[in-house]
Amino acid sequence: MTGYAGTAKAGVVKEKLPWEPGSLNAPVHGVDPNGPTYLTPVERRLLTAIADRIIPSDELSIGGAEAGCVTFIDRQLAGPYGRAASMYMRGRFVKGTTQQGIQSAMTPAERYRKGLHELALFCQRDTGKAFEALPPEKQDDILSRLENGRIAFPSIDSRIFFEQILQNMREGYLADPIYGGNRDMASWKMLGFPGARYDYRDYMDIKNQDLGLAPLSLRDRTI
Amino acid sequence: MTRKRPKADVVIVGLGWCGSLAAEELTRAGLDVVAIERGPWVEPAIDFAPGVDTDELRWDTRRSMLLPPAIETTTVRNTRFQKALPIRDWSINEWGYNAGGSGTHWAAMAWRFTPFDFQPYSMTVSRYGAKQLAEGLIVQDWGVTYDELEPYYDRFEKIAGISGKAGVLNGQIMQGGNPFEGSRSSEYPLPPLKTTHLTDLFSEASNALGYHPFMVPAGNTSEAYTNPLGIRMAPCTYCGYCLYYGCGNWSKSSPNACIFPALVQRSNFTVLTDSAVLKATLAPDGKTATGVIFCDKKGDQWEQPADIVIFSAFQMQNVRLLLLSGIGKPYDPAKREGVVGRAYCFQTVSGANLFFQDKKFNHFAGAGALSAQIDDFNGDNFDHSGLGFIGGAGILVVSRGSRPIGNADFLEPNTPRWGAAWKKAYKDAFQNATGIFGQGTSYSHDEAYLDLDPEYTDQYGQPLLRMTFEYNTNDRRSAQFIEDKSVEIGRKMGAKTVIGTNSAASSFTPYNFASDHTIGGAVMGTDPRTSVLNRYQQVWDVHNVFVLGASSFPNNAGYNPTGTIGALALWTARAIIDQYLKNPAPLVKA
Repeated sequence: MTGYAGTAKAGVVKEKLPWEPGSLNAPVHGVDPNGPTYLTPVERRLLTAIADRIIPSDELSIGGAEAGCVTFIDRQLAGPYGRAASMYMRGRFVKGTTQQGIQSAMTPAERYRKGLHELALFCQRDTGKAFEALPPEKQDDILSRLENGRIAFPSIDSRIFFEQILQNMREGYLADPIYGGNRDMASWKMLGFPGARYDYRDYMDIKNQDLGLAPLSLRDRTI
Repeated sequence: MTRKRPKADVVIVGLGWCGSLAAEELTRAGLDVVAIERGPWVEPAIDFAPGVDTDELRWDTRRSMLLPPAIETTTVRNTRFQKALPIRDWSINEWGYNAGGSGTHWAAMAWRFTPFDFQPYSMTVSRYGAKQLAEGLIVQDWGVTYDELEPYYDRFEKIAGISGKAGVLNGQIMQGGNPFEGSRSSEYPLPPLKTTHLTDLFSEASNALGYHPFMVPAGNTSEAYTNPLGIRMAPCTYCGYCLYYGCGNWSKSSPNACIFPALVQRSNFTVLTDSAVLKATLAPDGKTATGVIFCDKKGDQWEQPADIVIFSAFQMQNVRLLLLSGIGKPYDPAKREGVVGRAYCFQTVSGANLFFQDKKFNHFAGAGALSAQIDDFNGDNFDHSGLGFIGGAGILVVSRGSRPIGNADFLEPNTPRWGAAWKKAYKDAFQNATGIFGQGTSYSHDEAYLDLDPEYTDQYGQPLLRMTFEYNTNDRRSAQFIEDKSVEIGRKMGAKTVIGTNSAASSFTPYNFASDHTIGGAVMGTDPRTSVLNRYQQVWDVHNVFVLGASSFPNNAGYNPTGTIGALALWTARAIIDQYLKNPAPLVKA
């Protein structure tokens, strides 16, 4: 390999660049439809119902489920994000102050597994029905109570569970469609975000006006 | 077993801005330089191409270019009487993890500090008397002045291709620049970036209030440029993918764009990538270092012997490396003795959130450093008599490029965070919400410090660095003052709703992302009892070890640190070449 000699097992860069075009970290593009998944069918059903309450379908855009938020989350949880690959996960796990942040051995994927299970149990006990079977107002009421910590789960802090879901639902709705959500760039059309554009030089002098730019996905950029 | 590499003249630990600027000077002077970088090599044209870079989830939300906490983090607590716990998730510890370091993912605001920021003690005492300093505050002069550093700021700005407008040129105040800045010997290499509707509104409002707005000096190229190393940069396209992103357009200043293309062609320069330095090794008498120990990707240990050791990792990592190497006396807060880890500070951020009506700010178009600022309340640019604090803030608006995931909570107070009401509010806020950012000074305190954590370790079994930090009285007073000024400007800009913000009004947490400018802990100064380094960033006790970076700053200015980091790295490199090589000994008598 050009300039990439192996005296140490460190990469050694000397006198030449250590790459040939196309040989370096290839971009992680697209979602493999046959790739690994994490959620069980039961969990998917419950999360689909939640998706349509967090991001309901209305005159502004399609809802979270149709936008692909559950698919997005499933694939995130099956990957390094779900395993907390970037997080410091060494013990001991000691409860600290609010300022010290979450001190938990649970990965994001495990938060879903425990939280969805607890939510399903809670709904059965509290209403005699599955969350999916409840009317939207009742579903919203339960989600609000989770958000405000007014429902306590035995095995996971319900607020941590809610914040995890809210963050990932928004990501699925708002991220580039290559990750499986934001179908047809629905959220970007709603917001007026032009997406994966790389050159606004012609627009910088047009101030305080709608630029009328249709959004562009990374998918469009790689075709 | 530790294997040994051939001896180098200089080993550089960490190849960010400091490491690459020093390497450029030292290799040009003929020295054999080996740089050891923890992260991989990255190439702007490949790794950050337009079809790769414009991905918010990957680079911003998931912080894909940063050093993951899984690899190295710090522990944190507010006081030394608490148990410190590890920062487990992404936080203000935004350390680089690639050749180029944090200089690859920075936003690229390229400031000079004011003359006051280098001499805060002597200038405060002479103007106000010592009573102006709150109890326990650590305020001390750096040992180097703005005038001494001016030529090195100039050199850094020319290498990096900075866009801006001089405010004070050879002592003359210039229209359109910052009239409060230290005098410059030349104009910026490139004119300022284009303005936006937001920066225009801010400039008009602050002008009307009698302040002095100007465009922030930017490491985003306003035009095509060729730097003194013969490297060409392309005009910035205002894509707005700068902070947390690389730049595949050769438009954002970085070691990758501005230095590596020349440096890697030199036969006396070598980079070892994917390798973590564990510590420096010392000679038996402890008065010099003999090299460093590092671990490669496979976990094998190596020794890299060298005549000169330069630590140029991130600020926190420099302090940790000194402690792990047993260089310098660690700070003891109970006895107020020792120097390594002492004088740690951060950045005091306050300001205002603004919500307009019927605007089209088009925040998605911009550049990392495309901002308008006033310095009327920064440093010692205003009379502090009777205010009970020193310092202040640069007050600015930022057209940095904003994207959907990161702004989803930037809404008027009491807005639902999900459901139909959130969608409606967010659609509106995406074009109408903005903020005024008071990027404040910070002065350390006897009780704010860094040391090694007694419990938590990294993958090599070495202790993590422990951060003990809380905002002090000076911080809280200056933050309140700046919040009030920001609210005043926000109202003048015509915002419908103006909400003051103040990080220092509550306890410090590393999960408040208002700033990531962590500062000090291995500071330069005039007295070995209160500084680790002399005025050349040379360790007082171990004369062939030099430490470069914001770890050297005894206090933070109301600016981003990179310009000063760069100027100091060049200043030290020249001192090594012109003085140290001729007589390898302490460059300043203790």
